[in-house]
Amino acid sequence: MSATGIGAAVRRKEDVRFVTGKGQYTDDVVRPGETRAVFVRSPHARARIKSIDVAEAKTMPGVLAVLTGAELAADKIGNLICGWMIHSKDGSPMKMAPHPALAATTANHVGEAVAVVIAETQALGRDAAEKVKVDYEVLDAVVDPAKAKSGPQIHEIAAKNTIYEWSLGDAKATEAAFAAAQHVTTLNIVNNRLVPNAIEPRAALAEYDSGTDHLTLWTTSQNPHVARLVISAFIGIAPEHKLRVIAPDVGGGFGSKIFIYPEEVVCLWAARKVFRPVKWVADRTESFLADAHGRDHVTKAELALDLNGKILALRARTVANLGAYMSTFSSSIPTYLYATLLSGQYDIPHIYCEVDAVYTNTAPVDAYRGAGRPEATFVVERLVEVAAREMGLDPTDLRRRNFVKSFPHQTPVIMTYDAGDYNASLKKAMEIADVKGFNKRKRESARHGKLRGLGYSTYIEACGIAPSQAVGSLGAGVGLWESAEVRVNPTGTVEVLTGSHAHGQGHETTFAQLVSERLGIPFENVSIVHGDTDKVQFGMGTYGSRSGAVGMSAIVKALDKIEAKAKKVAAHMLEAAEGDIEFKDGKFTVAGTDKSAAFGDVALNAYIAHKFSGQELEPGLKETSFYDPTNFTFPAGCHICEVEIDRETGKTAIVNWTAVDDFGTVINPMIVEGQVHGGVAQGVGQALLEGTVYDKSGQLVSGSFMDYAMPHAHDFPPFKVETTETKSPSNPLGIKGCGEAGAIAAPAAVINAITDAVGSEEVPMPATPNAVWALLQRMTPKQAA
Amino acid sequence: MPAVSMTVNGKPVSGDVEARTLLVQFLRENLRLTGTHVGCDTSQCGACVVHIDGIAAKSCTTLALQCEGAHVTTIEGLAEAGGKLHPMQEAFREHHGLQCGFCTPGMIMAALDIVRRNGNDLDEHTIREQLDGNLCRCTGYHNIVKAIAAGAKAMGSQRQVAAE
Repeated sequence: MSATGIGAAVRRKEDVRFVTGKGQYTDDVVRPGETRAVFVRSPHARARIKSIDVAEAKTMPGVLAVLTGAELAADKIGNLICGWMIHSKDGSPMKMAPHPALAATTANHVGEAVAVVIAETQALGRDAAEKVKVDYEVLDAVVDPAKAKSGPQIHEIAAKNTIYEWSLGDAKATEAAFAAAQHVTTLNIVNNRLVPNAIEPRAALAEYDSGTDHLTLWTTSQNPHVARLVISAFIGIAPEHKLRVIAPDVGGGFGSKIFIYPEEVVCLWAARKVFRPVKWVADRTESFLADAHGRDHVTKAELALDLNGKILALRARTVANLGAYMSTFSSSIPTYLYATLLSGQYDIPHIYCEVDAVYTNTAPVDAYRGAGRPEATFVVERLVEVAAREMGLDPTDLRRRNFVKSFPHQTPVIMTYDAGDYNASLKKAMEIADVKGFNKRKRESARHGKLRGLGYSTYIEACGIAPSQAVGSLGAGVGLWESAEVRVNPTGTVEVLTGSHAHGQGHETTFAQLVSERLGIPFENVSIVHGDTDKVQFGMGTYGSRSGAVGMSAIVKALDKIEAKAKKVAAHMLEAAEGDIEFKDGKFTVAGTDKSAAFGDVALNAYIAHKFSGQELEPGLKETSFYDPTNFTFPAGCHICEVEIDRETGKTAIVNWTAVDDFGTVINPMIVEGQVHGGVAQGVGQALLEGTVYDKSGQLVSGSFMDYAMPHAHDFPPFKVETTETKSPSNPLGIKGCGEAGAIAAPAAVINAITDAVGSEEVPMPATPNAVWALLQRMTPKQAA
Repeated sequence: MPAVSMTVNGKPVSGDVEARTLLVQFLRENLRLTGTHVGCDTSQCGACVVHIDGIAAKSCTTLALQCEGAHVTTIEGLAEAGGKLHPMQEAFREHHGLQCGFCTPGMIMAALDIVRRNGNDLDEHTIREQLDGNLCRCTGYHNIVKAIAAGAKAMGSQRQVAAE
């Protein structure tokens, strides 16, 4: 292993600009004559818009325009869409309601944009926005997903507010297995709604060039090409070739920046109306109200076992809250990213899952780090843990008895697991977590009047999404391959243009490690270009832990082509047969001789083209590839959480966290560990801290960092993070993906630990001090009195 | 509009601002020092931390006019003129104390204030408690804590070398 090659903990290329304040985020881009967009948002969860009076606002100082949904409709700007078709059990298509970028007739959640002010400055825009008079007729709202079907109907298209009633698996076989079971564990689970809260708020800057009739959009996007495609083909703002989308440095995404949002559409539309660049930067309140949220499931889950603790079947019935409108990929999250993972790491013969997706008068819900897989893992890992407790079995024994041990393994819910060693990660995690010493530590805690608990989560996820044909057959509106272009310059330095997008993942470093190792050139001689549709060919972007498995595989494929072409050039230079040229450590050698040419010399010769005729060989050294994976990848592992709970306050302290993950090949262990840390923190946030609270009228009560408990540094211990390795057979590098594992594994580990400590399964998420304290009081009423 | 004058990163600057202009707006929009970020509206996230007369402050909650005559240091003012990173910046890079980089300028400015208040030998508990005013959504804080401890140490030994 070289100091900068695959497997080395190379320090990141991108860091110098970030630690010196030289990053270029969307809000840092300034265009001449830039104006600001300030949105007028509905204060009501559900209201008919009777009229909008913009007369006074238009006369305010510095105001260029005040625009409403009526004008948007008059200009025939299309609706936002959801790009994944799900069919109900009865075969009917999902009920996608119209979603205009500015509401014209009805507002359906607090914070929905109903008008926009374009002004010289943000302050002047805000002053004017306060003068826009919207006459609302307030209507009854429905907020609780469990009550959505009996609530007032939000959209004409969706009776009983039902988007689809979907199922996966064999209902009859599962029912028969339950009938024959000797033990059934049942859990009612609420998977709490989360607000993604990347620290960089969403932003958009749109500029229209009337000379060329081109629009440019700088935006906080994880997938600029998909944004351009949707904005062009569905919303109809501009033809694809006349719209450039740039996602510069992006300050965290976690899924929330995958989607195409109303604000960027409005900025583009308005820029062409006022002939000035239009910028919008969300304040945090707007992020809370108008970013797509995550999770929000209500589930009844059951596990059937025989007397030996062998799992016979699993059954789940879930109501998924998709909010007021269907966000870009919302339909796929509680279906194909959720129910397909209900087999966990276990050999479960029969699984059946029903999911009803419903509209409510809340912000739209879509993918948030893990996206469906944390919800599935929580169901499976809580069921397994509780079943073990009910049956008097050790929770690790029950897991081991049911682990999938041979591969490939076909689950009853679509997935074919291709490689893994689940026992290895469990064993290693138990050693690192010193499970043997737990009872002693528990006694020590008891001496101080504290409760101590241990919780496991042996999770699996499906990443590297995914074979385009496979997702197409499941309803995806897009393919999920990735593209790469490798440009070797005449001096032998290299630019890689990738369709992946980095917003914290460190691609500029890891992708360069791959190229440096493969071409035998210095790490410093490689630069990575991404996030600009004018520079990079169409690509799919970054989500679902796919950039290593899919994005880097595309680069490998392009590098294969570079090597093949370079060998032809070298053959001409060295006057040898192409088949005799070997390439190793950056040098082309004629086999069995000392005749060689360095990579840089071959690159130069490819461009000066003096050694071959244009008829024999095209000049230049640049190759393109599109890589479509053969399967999902299946990262898996074991997280162990140890908690100590203060009986007096109900406060849970995480005193130990052990993560042992199998991510396949690791390119940069430093970056991989960082991804695990961040994922665990978000998962712990879900389990302990983060509650999204809408009141009955649909007001978002937890709408700021003062009300929504974001994880702080003092909420965590240092994490112990290790890996095991079985290579993924479905991509050339053997990578599985690491971006979401922590967020997927963590919630179940935390709740399993707390329930272990308190001796009750009735612990909600988030398990706030108040919730745990109240539970302890209920359990010991006499003591409390 | 009232005029305001202050020293930012060692250079005297002045400008006409509305009374309601925040320091962060003055830095970002008037001076184009965009390393100082805004991540919330309620003074919780700390992405906007700068130093005013040597003490950490949230520039999103400070009016530009309050800084009349003050010495303000932003993230852009830390590295040496030749580009050599400040030891705290170097420690964040070395220990992978950042991912998306958005909270990083505020983290580093807050870290320097932790060192000012607590010295160069910082234990983990102190760092975690003292980071209460800064949010990071990417790193889980693990490597930020490591970076601050290492950066504080490096600052101490640098001072020692300078003294000798």
